[in-house]
Amino acid sequence: MLAAVYVMIGLAVALGALLGFSALKFKVEGDPLVARIDAILPQTQCGQCGYPGCKPYATAIAAGEADINQCPPGGDAGARALADLMGVEYKPLNAEHGLPKPKSVAVIDENTCIGCTLCIQACPVDAILGAAKHMHTVIASECTGCELCLAPCPVDCITMEPIAESPDNWKWRYPVFEIKPVSHAGSVQTGMRH
Amino acid sequence: MNAILNFFKGRLPTTVDGGVHPPEHKLESTQRPIAQLPIPKRLVLPLRQHVGSLPKVLVAVGDRVLKGQLIAEAEGNISAAIHAPTSGVVAAIQDALIPHPSGLPDHCVVIDADGKDEWIPRVKVDWRNQDSATLLNSLRHSGVVGFGGAAFPTQVKLRTGKSHVKTLVVNAAECEPYITCDDMLMRERADEILMGVEIAQYLLGAEECLIGVEDNKPEAAEAMRQACARSPLAQKVRLEVIVVPTQYPSGDARQLIRLLTGIEVPSDKRSTDVGVQCFNVATLLAVHRYFDFGEPAVSRVVTMTGNVAQPANYDVLFGTLVNDLLKAAGGQLAGTDDYIMGGPMMGFSLPSVEVPITKAANCIIASAPNLFPPAPPAMPCIRCVRCAEVCPVHLQPQELYWFAKSSNLEKAREYKLFDCIECGCCSYACPSNIPLVQYYRYAKSEIIAQDRAKESADLARERNEFRLMRIEREKQERAQKHAQKALGAATEQPKAVTTDDAAADAKKAAIAAAIERAKAQKAAAAPQNTENVAPAVKAEIAEIDARRESAKQAVADAASNQDEK
Repeated sequence: MLAAVYVMIGLAVALGALLGFSALKFKVEGDPLVARIDAILPQTQCGQCGYPGCKPYATAIAAGEADINQCPPGGDAGARALADLMGVEYKPLNAEHGLPKPKSVAVIDENTCIGCTLCIQACPVDAILGAAKHMHTVIASECTGCELCLAPCPVDCITMEPIAESPDNWKWRYPVFEIKPVSHAGSVQTGMRH
Repeated sequence: MNAILNFFKGRLPTTVDGGVHPPEHKLESTQRPIAQLPIPKRLVLPLRQHVGSLPKVLVAVGDRVLKGQLIAEAEGNISAAIHAPTSGVVAAIQDALIPHPSGLPDHCVVIDADGKDEWIPRVKVDWRNQDSATLLNSLRHSGVVGFGGAAFPTQVKLRTGKSHVKTLVVNAAECEPYITCDDMLMRERADEILMGVEIAQYLLGAEECLIGVEDNKPEAAEAMRQACARSPLAQKVRLEVIVVPTQYPSGDARQLIRLLTGIEVPSDKRSTDVGVQCFNVATLLAVHRYFDFGEPAVSRVVTMTGNVAQPANYDVLFGTLVNDLLKAAGGQLAGTDDYIMGGPMMGFSLPSVEVPITKAANCIIASAPNLFPPAPPAMPCIRCVRCAEVCPVHLQPQELYWFAKSSNLEKAREYKLFDCIECGCCSYACPSNIPLVQYYRYAKSEIIAQDRAKESADLARERNEFRLMRIEREKQERAQKHAQKALGAATEQPKAVTTDDAAADAKKAAIAAAIERAKAQKAAAAPQNTENVAPAVKAEIAEIDARRESAKQAVADAASNQDEK
C-alpha cells in the first residue's frame, strides 16, 4: 500500500519537475497566433481598423478584442482568411472602417511642397524622402497606400494615384464566354486557337 | 512504357511523350524565298522585347541615329540592348501599343527613318583569339535574344558559370503549325548558322553539337547536313543533324533535349545543370552576324502567313509595323478578322495591326473563320483524361483545371502548375472544348500577383518594425540625455547660489572653455597641412604669424587708446 503511494508521489514529482523544466526551457516568446494573423494582414499600416498598425490589430484579434472584418485593404479575401484561421464564421467587411479601394500610391506635388517634414513623420514605412525646407518625394515601390500622409500635409500637396495596369503587372483574366447565338458552321480544328 | 523499353534497349526516345499533331500548314509560306522588306518610314521600338528588366534609353528626341547604334543599353543581369534598325531621327520616346497579350501600351522609342540605311562603323570581333569572358561582355551589347520566341537574353544563356556544358543542342524543330522562318533560314543560310554554332560551341566548350530538325523539313535538314560536312567544326567535335518525328511540341527546349540526348531535365533544374544548352538557329545566326560582321540584332525573319495573298517569309527590321508587313504580303484576304503573333497553339491575338515586329515575333498569322473556326462552346469536363495523355510534361491537366476554375491556387501550385509550358496540347485534345490553357494562365498570373503582394507586405512589415524600433531608440536616447542633464544640474546647483555676476562669469568661463576645447578637438582632428613642410617654409610661417600677432596688438592698442580718449 505505502509502496504504491510512494511510487505515485515519486512519479508526480518527476513529471512535475520535467514539465516545469520544459516550461522554462521551451518557452515561446510572444503569441504565435499573432504572427499568423499578422501574416494575413496586408501590412498597409493604415490604421483604418482602429488600431495603430497591423501588428496591434493582430494582437487585438488574437486577444478577442477586435473583430475579423475591420481591415478594408485586406478586402473580402482577407476577412475570409482570418475567419478560416480563427475558426469563426465569415463576416462581410464592416463599412464603418472604410471600403476597399484599388491599390494606390501617394504622389507629392513637388511644386507645392514646402518641406515641412510632417508627412515624413506620418509615414509608417519610411517611404517619404526629404529634409526640412527641402522638397519631399515618395518612394513609390515602398509606399503601401495607407493615406496617413494626406491629413498632416498643411498645403494639401499629396494625392493618391491608383496604380495603373501595365504590361508589367497585367494579369490573365478568368476565362469567360460571351453568349452568342448558335451557328451551325462545321468545325474541324477544334482546340486550335484555344 | 516506351520510356522503360527504351531504357532497357539503351535507345533514345523516338517521339515526345504525349503531344499532338495538328495540321501543319507550312507549305503555304515556303514557296517563296525570304524577301527583304523595304525600310518603313517609321519604326516603333518597344523597350520590352525580351525577358528581364527594361533597358535604359540612351538617346533623346531629335537625335540622329545610325543603323546599329545602341539606343538602349542592357540594365541588370537579365536584360538586352536595343539598337536602331536603320538610320534616322528619334521622333518620340512615348507609350505606344506593343504586341503583348494585354493589349496595353508600353514605353517605345519611335524612329523616323531617313531611307539612307547608314551603318555605324562595324567592328568585327576576332573571337577565336579572345577569352570567353570578354566575348560574353561584348555580347551584352549585341541585343541578341532567343529568336525562337522566348526572347531570353542570349548572353545569359552562354554564361555557363560553374556547370560544364557537354552538349550544345541546336533547336531547329520549329514544331508549331504555320511557322516556317527557321525552315527557310536553314534552307538559305545554313553555312552562316553553322558559323554561329561554332561560336556557341567555343563559348560553352561543348563536346558535341546536335541539330534537331523535324522530319517535315527535309530540305532544311539536307541543307544543314551539307553545311555540317563543310564546317571546320566537324573535325573538332561531334556535329550531327538529327531528324526527329513531327510531333508538337518537340521544339520545346526540354522536349528536344530529351529527344536528342535522352536526358530528361528535372523540372526544378536548368538544362545546364545536366550539361546541355539549347539555342534556336536564328539566335545562333544573329550571334555569328554580331561577332563576324559587327552587326547587332536589328532584324529577323518573320513568317507572314494565314489569310493573306502571298504568304512568305520576310527579313523585317525590328520596329516595323505589322501593317507594313501585311502590305508586303499582298494584303489580307476577305474574311480576316484577327491577327495572331506566334503560332496558332501558343500565340496571342494582336490588339491592332499598328503594333511593331519585336525580337520575339517569329510569325504573324492573318486569322479568318475558315482557317480557325470559332471554338464551340465549352462543355463540362467528362474526366476522359485525354489532356493527361497528351501533356508533354506529365501533369494532370484535368486536376489543374478544377483547381484553377475554383481559384484553389495553393492546390494548383501543389500540382506543379508552374511546370506547365502552356503548349496548348490539352486544349487541343479536349473533346469538351474547354480552354484549359486560359485557366492555367489565369491561375499562374493570379499566383504571381499574390506572391508579389506577399513580398511587398513583408517588406512593409519589416520597414514598419524598423521604424517603430528607431522611434523607441530615439526616445530612449532623449530620456538618457535628459537624465544626464538633470544629474549635471543637480551637482552644479550649490555653486549657483553666489551673485548673478559670479554666475555670469562662470557661464562665460564655461563658454570660453568649451570654445577652447572645440578648437583643440578640431586641431587634433584635422592635422594642419603646415606640419610636413620644409624648415625654410616653417620659418616663414612663423614670421608671418608673428607679424599678424603684432598687427593685432597694434589694433588692440589703438582701440584702447580711443577708449581712453
